[in-house]
Amino acid sequence: MKQKMSALLFIVIAIAMLIGCGDDKKGRAGARSDVQEAAQKTYVAPGDLDEYYVFKSGGHSGQVYVYGIPSMRHISTIPVFTPYPATGYGFDKESKEMLGGFTWGDAHHPSISETDGDYDGRWLFISDNANNRMARIDLRDFKTKEIFGPIPNVSGNHCSSFVTENTEYVLAGSRFSIPLPRGRYEKIEDYATKFNGVVAGINVDKNSGKMTLGWQVLMPPFNYDLGDAGKGPSKEWGFWTCYNSERAIGKLEVTSTQKDRDYVVAVNWKNAEKAISNGKFKMIGGVKVIDPKDVNDVVFLLPAAKSPHGVDISPDGKYIIASGKLQSITTVFSFEKMLTAIAQKNFSGNEDGINVLNYDAVKDAEVNVGLGPLHTQFDDQGYAYTSLFVESAVAKWKLGSWEVVDKIPVAYNIGHLTAAEGDTKHPDGKYLIALNKLSHGRHLSVGPSQPEASQLIDISGEKMGLLYDAFTEPEPHYAQIIKADKLKPIEVYPKEENKHPKAIWDLKDSKVVRNGKNVEIYAIAVRSSFEPTKIEVNKGDKVTIYMTNIEQTTDELHGFGLNEYNINVVIDPGETKVIEFIADKAGVFPFYCTNFCSALHQEMQGYMLVK
Amino acid sequence: MQQYLEKATSFFEIPIDMRSRFIIILAAAMLIPSFFTPLWVMTMYSNQFPDGLVLNIFSYKLEGGKTPNQDDLKEINSLNHYIGMRPLIDDDFTEFKWIPFVIGGTILLALRVVVLGKMSKLVDLFVMFSYFGLFSLWSFYYKMYIYGHELDPTAAIKVPPFTPPMFGHQTMANFEVYNYPSTGSFFISVMPLLLLVAMWLSRKAWLAKQK
Repeated sequence: MKQKMSALLFIVIAIAMLIGCGDDKKGRAGARSDVQEAAQKTYVAPGDLDEYYVFKSGGHSGQVYVYGIPSMRHISTIPVFTPYPATGYGFDKESKEMLGGFTWGDAHHPSISETDGDYDGRWLFISDNANNRMARIDLRDFKTKEIFGPIPNVSGNHCSSFVTENTEYVLAGSRFSIPLPRGRYEKIEDYATKFNGVVAGINVDKNSGKMTLGWQVLMPPFNYDLGDAGKGPSKEWGFWTCYNSERAIGKLEVTSTQKDRDYVVAVNWKNAEKAISNGKFKMIGGVKVIDPKDVNDVVFLLPAAKSPHGVDISPDGKYIIASGKLQSITTVFSFEKMLTAIAQKNFSGNEDGINVLNYDAVKDAEVNVGLGPLHTQFDDQGYAYTSLFVESAVAKWKLGSWEVVDKIPVAYNIGHLTAAEGDTKHPDGKYLIALNKLSHGRHLSVGPSQPEASQLIDISGEKMGLLYDAFTEPEPHYAQIIKADKLKPIEVYPKEENKHPKAIWDLKDSKVVRNGKNVEIYAIAVRSSFEPTKIEVNKGDKVTIYMTNIEQTTDELHGFGLNEYNINVVIDPGETKVIEFIADKAGVFPFYCTNFCSALHQEMQGYMLVK
Repeated sequence: MQQYLEKATSFFEIPIDMRSRFIIILAAAMLIPSFFTPLWVMTMYSNQFPDGLVLNIFSYKLEGGKTPNQDDLKEINSLNHYIGMRPLIDDDFTEFKWIPFVIGGTILLALRVVVLGKMSKLVDLFVMFSYFGLFSLWSFYYKMYIYGHELDPTAAIKVPPFTPPMFGHQTMANFEVYNYPSTGSFFISVMPLLLLVAMWLSRKAWLAKQK
């Protein structure tokens, strides 16, 4: 029976792939729109503004991409885990230190901070699957302000960065279990017994947004995949999916797909806080880690259809929706039934001290959404939208009656999807973006490196309608759509707010201070020159330039590029940046403004002379 | 001639009636807004600045329009340096010291007229203030002339010397410049008109009494 199922699945996937690879016309026929209607709904006239912001994770590019809806125009790129010369990110002292020596990250899931379960537009968090970090972008100036980590014990921070109802915590966890604490060797054959994962809550300071280690829960060596925080009645809970409850090694494709069910992990973070304050924790890797064997009210497992991917909590917080990517159903658990099962100790098993709840006691529905369901988003009318990877479609279904009411094909192989404020307590409806993994044939050919596809879908009516195809650099794993008027970004750093101790505002204050081999230069960039225009040092000197852009006008950025020294810093109006390097090459090196500023931009240059 | 001089002398002797004294107080009050509102507003529009760069000229300071994304005065100075115009800074305007002083003094003199109640004093006030007004206008015009003519010869962009308009519109390079008197000036110019009204009313009252 099982073999038959896998064979069938293989055929379905093969057909899906074939359709994708077929000739252009056939492919496009799968996802077309009423041209006139779509054009009217997406046209944003020159000078007009979009209605929503979209923040798309940039995957292994390490960045975040900002788009507008409904135009789907790319507006800006926010560098996060990867240096980005375009904004000078990763070249000045502060951002270099923040990157901590890493030159890339795998930006996965973005989360806008919430108050009462709705976006408050203060910060955007995003997880790094590669180097176990969490970044915080301030939405006041669209700049990465903090990169927290590598987080101890967390390995492969994929099931992250979902925020709790009032941004008390950002969730994190291990996709790849390892021997803990990090840095310890164990044989891979001992995976099942000597490796562990963790799920974690990273504490967020209410005022500053600053992150600190919160709590961690020691978990069996499964692969923790995705997560979501509860809301409303379930607000004190965090949820994660996992695959490989087989605790298998090797080719997981086969070894981890043998059991019919894996799990959804449910953690009561209020009880986790209590456990820690009651001293029920072990110090592992410098973190307070709760071992489930020592507590009985912190963590539970809900059996879910095998190898689940997304877990999403409904806007009212009553349903926990997990999608098993290898089956054609999405499982809906009732939060209320979960609490009852816990109270009645209705358990069907135990994994390393964690009680497994009885599936039939907690399940509310199995929704037959289609093949390869991954993620679910919500609208304001009580509908849920589930992405179907294998089927290349989005299914719309009703919460409560569990019937699928509409389906729309997408091009192609959708991963995540994101609806307007679609993971909050009050989704906006209106728009949904399908974040597709494959785009082949729907754009001018650009050679083998293909972009990803983002399709804007109108969800305001009964039937979903395709509006627009846009293409994105690799790789949008998830995105957040927020109403434009919730953000009020500044475009100039006010002089009064610049508290940099080395900032200067008057050309007369520019100076060079030499202290042995340390040379400090207090410099200014303003249209259209640097002050000073000459930097004279000796070979081997440590040079520190404090560069203040004294402009107070929007868009008057200045760059500082130093030839052959691998330096390019961009200073925004009113900002001071620190450029630090060793003058290890003798000779004469021009520096110049890299960010076009004015009619005399070309003349904005100077020389560094190294004796 | 003799008759005309006698008539004039007797005009200067006319007492200021009660109603006119109130009007003079009102006239003095007209000068107060000049401490809070701009006398002149210059607005410069271009493609890059569709909302215009705004320069408010007060009796005692310059103030650029200011939004979170733009400091207009700073921007105007940044742009002007390309043509070698010296930066607009308060310290370069002696007007900002003597104009408020004269306005304050005028208010005191107006109160003196109210107390002493004599036409000659009122005429003094009117003549003096008119002179002050015209001198200020000339001074303002001359300042603009100097700023537009004493351009740094080493400037990156050489423009022929110019004087911005006092009233109205002018195209300067890529900017459309509009310069007009503003709230403070309107109040100030109402002041001498009110003095004239006070003179006329007092004379009318006096003539009525003579009959």
